[in-house]
Amino acid sequence: MKMKMKVLLLLGCCCGLVCAGQNRSDPRDQRLFPVLSINYDYVQMPFEVSLWILLASLMKLGFHLLPVLSGVVPESCLLIVVGLLVGGLIRVMGKNPPVLDSQLFFLCLLPPIILDAGYFLPIRPFTENAGTILTFAVLGTLWNVFFMGAVLYGACRLEAGRLASVDLLSCLLFGSIVSAVDPVAVLAVFEEIHINELLHILVFGESLLNDAVTVVLYHLFEEFAHAGEVTVGDVFLGVVCFFVVALGGVMVGGVYGVLAAFTSRFTSHTRVIEPLFVFLYSYMAYLSAEVFHLSGIMALIACGVVMRPYVEANISHKSYTTIKYFLKMWSSVSETLIFIFLGVSTVAGPHAWNWTFVSITIVLCLLSRVLGVVGLTYIINKYRMVKLSGKDQFIVAYGGLRGAIAFSLAFLLSSDDFPMKDMFLTAIITVIFFTVFVQGMTIRPLVELLAVKKKKQTKCSINEEIHTQFLEHLLAGIEGVCGHYGHHHWRHKLDRFNKRYIRRCLIGGERSQEPQLVSFYNKMELKQALMLLESNSSANLSTGDTAAAPRQRSRKTLNISKEREDEIRKILRANLQKTRQRLRSYSRHTLMPDAEDEDWSETRLRKQRLQMERRMSHFLTVPAHRGSPPARRARVESDSPALAARPSILFSLADERWESRGRKPSVKFALDVEEQKLPRCVSDPGADQLLEEEDENIRHRH
Amino acid sequence: MGASQSGPVHMFQDLAYKTGFSIEQIKNLHNRFIYLTQAEDTLRREHLENVSDLALNPIRRQIIEAFFDKRNMGEKEKGCLQEIGFEEFVTVLSFFRPPKPHTVDEEMKNIKKEKLRFLFNMHDTDNDGIITLDEYRRVVEELLSSYEIMGAETAKAITDAAMLEVASVTVGQMGPDEFYEGITFEQFMQILKDVEIETKMNIHFWNLDTRTVQCGK
Repeated sequence: MKMKMKVLLLLGCCCGLVCAGQNRSDPRDQRLFPVLSINYDYVQMPFEVSLWILLASLMKLGFHLLPVLSGVVPESCLLIVVGLLVGGLIRVMGKNPPVLDSQLFFLCLLPPIILDAGYFLPIRPFTENAGTILTFAVLGTLWNVFFMGAVLYGACRLEAGRLASVDLLSCLLFGSIVSAVDPVAVLAVFEEIHINELLHILVFGESLLNDAVTVVLYHLFEEFAHAGEVTVGDVFLGVVCFFVVALGGVMVGGVYGVLAAFTSRFTSHTRVIEPLFVFLYSYMAYLSAEVFHLSGIMALIACGVVMRPYVEANISHKSYTTIKYFLKMWSSVSETLIFIFLGVSTVAGPHAWNWTFVSITIVLCLLSRVLGVVGLTYIINKYRMVKLSGKDQFIVAYGGLRGAIAFSLAFLLSSDDFPMKDMFLTAIITVIFFTVFVQGMTIRPLVELLAVKKKKQTKCSINEEIHTQFLEHLLAGIEGVCGHYGHHHWRHKLDRFNKRYIRRCLIGGERSQEPQLVSFYNKMELKQALMLLESNSSANLSTGDTAAAPRQRSRKTLNISKEREDEIRKILRANLQKTRQRLRSYSRHTLMPDAEDEDWSETRLRKQRLQMERRMSHFLTVPAHRGSPPARRARVESDSPALAARPSILFSLADERWESRGRKPSVKFALDVEEQKLPRCVSDPGADQLLEEEDENIRHRH
Repeated sequence: MGASQSGPVHMFQDLAYKTGFSIEQIKNLHNRFIYLTQAEDTLRREHLENVSDLALNPIRRQIIEAFFDKRNMGEKEKGCLQEIGFEEFVTVLSFFRPPKPHTVDEEMKNIKKEKLRFLFNMHDTDNDGIITLDEYRRVVEELLSSYEIMGAETAKAITDAAMLEVASVTVGQMGPDEFYEGITFEQFMQILKDVEIETKMNIHFWNLDTRTVQCGK
């Protein structure tokens, strides 16, 4: 066997070399056969791309190995610095460093970030604050553009000299490029400071929605500059264009979202390519919107938002995990690359520095942002139930970071129409640097200083979920009694419409009938079941009574002794028959359709029902019996009390419904490792014996 | 109705002072009250049941009961009324008034407590101060009642899990002889302290005239 392998290997090598030699050797001359030759041009493009991505990833890796640095400086700053260094290096080597190509940026680097943001957009806070977000996005950006454009024009007039040639239209165009809050930069900085949900969604939502305004204004001013003169009719058309761009983008996204949801209904037999549909439909939505100069960002967001609830109900949870991780991975790489390229492009130039222009731009950016936010908040607070305080306004104003989108838009300007393009680019880069470095670095200590509310740790609580739903119905009812159609009324109507018609079409099988409370409960169950297993393997059987019972649901740390772990593993290994079946095929064409789910439902329904009865009796009805040996009772109590309470009887319902459906764990729970443990523990003899004995005792008592 | 002009205005001012609504809002609510009762003096359950929006609401029974619950009227009594006047109507609705801006923290805590008390009373139908398993189960069943195919098993399972969660969070490790009776008001406040009731349990009482809104039949 071994000999055969060696011979085959040798033959293979020889063949390879021969072919290699043949491809590269020149048929004309009879020189010696080259065993090894270099052909870099063949692989240059993919090679360089891979090298850049590898560099970006290694940088990211490096930063997290230096916690001191990453605690103080936001990652985006570090990446720009790296970009500067790399650019400098390339320049020193004599070559011209590459500039961030706008087409590459808009078509390859930006979509993953936006899709990631849109797919995981928290819908409830978004819709509750939609009015505020839209006001900031539309009116705020318009105010910024015109204020900046006008004041800059005035300053240029006053300055004379080199700036005299900058006309109003150019100033307005410059204003429109530089005043839009950038989602990439906002995400990069806000992710690290963990402020409360409201502020996060306000700034982030604004950065997403102002894309429509930016696109319209940019094209508008560009057209005007090209045409040379502006009429009132053009202005009016501009306003119409805005609505077309925004609503058109959303519609395109919505259509693709519905298509994706509908497609996912039928993918139960081809689970492997499910994530691909999500990505492809979203990307197509983006590209289709860009074809018509509609807002691609809004299309992408709309697609993600529309398709998510239905797709998640249809796909397996492995696909869900895949989607989540791929999106995070791509968006992370994109973000890193964008910031590095920003640094490199800065070194590449060309630059035209003008102290007046640049300094006025920076001052104006801050000023117009602050004025805009304060003014708009004054108006908005009249209509909000939860008013925005001064602290909130400050964070919203301070969090208006500019980023790579501004740079790319400026880069796209044609030098013929805008002879000041270089000056604009320089100014924009300076603004970006200023906002990312100064504002990005100082926002964290400022948040601490002002004691802004941080993000709550979301505890998965079934009580909170029940009451949140209860409140929704209650408020809708009270609105009905009072007779006016408010926010809750419309949401109620939308929910009913959704449930009755849309879910039936887009969600396959019986899941379309499942209420939200039940799916939430399942999610929680899954999480708790896996945590139960994790803590089971770490529970110390003899010290149950003395184990401190935390009043909060704290996670138990795994500090098992090695011997205990080995014992447990031995028990588990002895019952691996179910696992063997699952490991049978690795070929992707014969991937088992979620075999674990079936095993779960059948065996667990029995087990969980018994567990449930046991714990119910322990807590709720008759006092627990006394005669049980301390070790076993200790085992019951040693599970952290929060964990002791979660069997999932739900599996017992309509078993046929749970064939090849995925579970949807809470997002922050990593299922990959624990999932392997689960099937093994199902056949754990220890637990079953325990249950049977307890069961008998219960029957005796009753 | 024959009352003099100053009578209702005086009453409105009293109510505004007591409940915190503005005079405009009280006037609008009064119009609504008259619309609901069809110009009778008192509101009965049938009037509320005629509101078409409520018909599709899964928890309408509890909402209607809340209007007639004496505990919500600020009295220490328990029990239900058969019919209520305008004053009680506004009192119940004042639980949903958004807190005024610049409210101090202490006051916010009180407001939150009151709102939670309202919710608690809605669940605790037998007035004994404790939400028992059965009462909670009924709540969950009603919430799920709009989905026809759900059986009683689901509600039971969810309720059990919820009760156990409350027990584990508030009481923690229990001795072998104890058993858990039900959720008291303090425990209720504790488990819902993160829900930010004071900002969520509000509806907008516009200063607009709602007379023109065609709602109901």
